[in-house]
Amino acid sequence: MAYFEQPERILLRVNVSYMTLTVVLALLFNLLPWHDLVGVPDMAALVLAFWCVHQPRRMGIGIAWFVGLIMDAGNGALLGQHAFAYAFLAFGAITLHRRILWFSLWQQAAHLLPLLLASQALMLGVRMIAGGAFPGPMYFAGSLTGAALWPTVTFILLLPQRRPESVDENRPL
Amino acid sequence: MDYQPPPFFSRGPAPLVRLGFFVSLAVLLMVLDARFRYAESIREVVALLAYPLQRVALAPGELLGATADFFTTQVALKQQNEQLKAKDLLAASDLLTLESLRAENAQLRHLLDARERVPRPSTLAEILYQGRDPFSRKVIIDKGSQQGVEPGQAVIDDVGVVGQVTRVYPFLAEVTLITDKEQRTPVEVVRNGLRAVIYGGGDKGTLDLSYTATNADVQADDLLVTSGIDATYPPGLPVCKVTKIERDPAYSFAKITCIPAAGTDQNRQVLVLAREADLPPPPVEAEPRAGGASKQKQRPRKRE
Repeated sequence: MAYFEQPERILLRVNVSYMTLTVVLALLFNLLPWHDLVGVPDMAALVLAFWCVHQPRRMGIGIAWFVGLIMDAGNGALLGQHAFAYAFLAFGAITLHRRILWFSLWQQAAHLLPLLLASQALMLGVRMIAGGAFPGPMYFAGSLTGAALWPTVTFILLLPQRRPESVDENRPL
Repeated sequence: MDYQPPPFFSRGPAPLVRLGFFVSLAVLLMVLDARFRYAESIREVVALLAYPLQRVALAPGELLGATADFFTTQVALKQQNEQLKAKDLLAASDLLTLESLRAENAQLRHLLDARERVPRPSTLAEILYQGRDPFSRKVIIDKGSQQGVEPGQAVIDDVGVVGQVTRVYPFLAEVTLITDKEQRTPVEVVRNGLRAVIYGGGDKGTLDLSYTATNADVQADDLLVTSGIDATYPPGLPVCKVTKIERDPAYSFAKITCIPAAGTDQNRQVLVLAREADLPPPPVEAEPRAGGASKQKQRPRKRE
């Protein structure tokens, strides 16, 4: 267990505007013209899950739902499809948040993979009911890359909280 | 004496309650959108939020394209020019006959008292991106309701039919390709004028000529063009070519697969055709009962 092996850093207070910025950037990533590229991760889902795990009091199911709604409108998907899946994802991440942080980053990613897969499966189910075409099994590859990106995402999103509290001129590090 | 936790531990409703609330909200929206199409106004408002993000997301690609255009070599341009000139020469002879044929056709139609086919006003649009929705085949073009694009208009490229405008935003429009699983296009076989409706094949990028009798006169390599019966598409535009026919006597319909004529996945520039203005009103259906309510239930039709 990572917790006993290495000392844990005490993180700074999270900046809400930074959280907003990361969510907007993730949405931007999702709206990039990806064409038919296989295995592009759903960055918005990943960032939402991250903040649900790390800041469950500031990020919640409601915000995830709204971000999903923006995804639906931007992609021309069935309205409510991403909102539905992201609400479930946020719920799963909030349920896991007390447990998941005791594991190492790769074990955390393994926890996250079923969550991402489930949210994709929900979207698939909804669209199949609404009469969509089955996109093929490679549709789920995005979840694999998403889970594989979890350590990187954790590192980047926690950077501002890892800054020193007060910069000492004599000891810059 | 009932005990209340101090207010600084209060976290609002339990996650499960919130989940239930938002999931039911999402399900409500999905049903409204899929079944009744009442959610369009909500979609427009949220799409307005997403629009700046979309533009920013497209900016790097556009910049790259512009830079590549700027550095196109003279040799490439010269080659292209020569090719185009040769093509032009070939086309010129066709064009001459076309002119005479068109004049002749107009005269004949006039004689037959048929309605003259007026060339429709059209808008040139550029495909911005393919929708990220893996369940449908849609593209987003850079012209919207501000430029006069309306839902239901036909979209073509230089070879044939690409699709139909299904949703319009102020500055963007969503085009459903003819290969989408939910898209239907009225066609006829060029060789013998057999009318049919062609169905999109979904993810395979093909089309299916469904509900055609096993003994129907369709052959491989037949060209299917729009029949123009629905007045959405002008008649005679190439739609697809028959590639494979499976006639199994166990089924009452033949399985006919076609590939689209237009580059539904390739081109960037497309033409949005306006709908014909002077459509005759649709025939009023006979009332089932005498004295019944004359109110006819009319659902907004999205695709014809």
